[in-house]
Amino acid sequence: MRKMSTLLLMFALSLVAMAQVQVGDVAPKFKLLNTDYTEVALEDYNEQEGVILIFTCNHCPYAKFYEERIKQLHSAYKSQGFPVVAINPNDSVKYKEDGFSYMVDKGYEFPYLLDNEGIYKAYGANKTPHVFLLLKSGADNFKVGYIGAIDDSPQDASEVQLKYLENAIKAVKKGTAINPTLTKAIGCSIKPF
Amino acid sequence: MVLSLFVLTGFFTHAYSQQVEEVTVRQLLQRVNQQNDSVYVVNFWATWCGPCVEELPVFSADELHQNQKHLKVLLVSLDFKSQKEKTLIPFIRQKKMEQEVLLLNERNPNDWVDLIHPSWSGAIPATVIYKNSSSVFHEGELNLHELKELIKTIHH
Repeated sequence: MRKMSTLLLMFALSLVAMAQVQVGDVAPKFKLLNTDYTEVALEDYNEQEGVILIFTCNHCPYAKFYEERIKQLHSAYKSQGFPVVAINPNDSVKYKEDGFSYMVDKGYEFPYLLDNEGIYKAYGANKTPHVFLLLKSGADNFKVGYIGAIDDSPQDASEVQLKYLENAIKAVKKGTAINPTLTKAIGCSIKPF
Repeated sequence: MVLSLFVLTGFFTHAYSQQVEEVTVRQLLQRVNQQNDSVYVVNFWATWCGPCVEELPVFSADELHQNQKHLKVLLVSLDFKSQKEKTLIPFIRQKKMEQEVLLLNERNPNDWVDLIHPSWSGAIPATVIYKNSSSVFHEGELNLHELKELIKTIHH
């Protein structure tokens, strides 16, 4: 009986561990190595209105489709208080192209962090790219405002009809409710450290 | 006549010189939601997805198909339509893939991922088993043992 309840408890705990943060939850904190060899923490962004947090990588074709759009998001929204922070959760043993030196080669203008601590798990990110829009909430916290896709046309940027992420930021700016707060997207499974 | 055509089509699509049919999610669901006791193993994969490619041999394993006359595997590729001739078809030939490959013809994942299963995050590989209009879903890779166990859960 005790064994059974231990098993059940372990099962419950594993469910909790796998659970994705929900919209409205406090954003899990992180401090990870950036491609410029400094460490970048979520609290470094306490002066911003929000953060566009994107779990992405080098090898995944869907990440490649979105690379230019992610750069554009950063140049468009950094000055509006919503800079991009990218996190690569993949192990370079599984995907050579996702190794740190290849991340450095990208030369992004926003932080591109190496997730060797499993921060993706705290967020419940399960693929790349996977977006979490974080909104400033109090002095030292962010809350999750939107989870999902950048837009509705991964394969062809010219065919985008719904810019989910940008619409969410615009709603925040206008003080209206984000809708939808959750979208589904195709992506590459994360192969962690 | 219709039946013989059907049989012929079935024959040709099994060969690895197969033409890859493009299907929408609704067309796919129509095909697998049957009251004919068939077990449909639907795997979502892509040539660009490393873990998916590693998993593929599981779906053609003899052990899976032995004594399973009513088991039909559909490998639904999420490759890009622009890559069908250049990447997907050569890949099928090179790997001598014998199970039927379909190419998904959809645009916005937010419109169709939930139709496959509400708990699917959209990461691939993912596998759904259909039998007599009921289904079980698994996100992530499966080995042969896990796949057989998953099929068993729908067998009654």
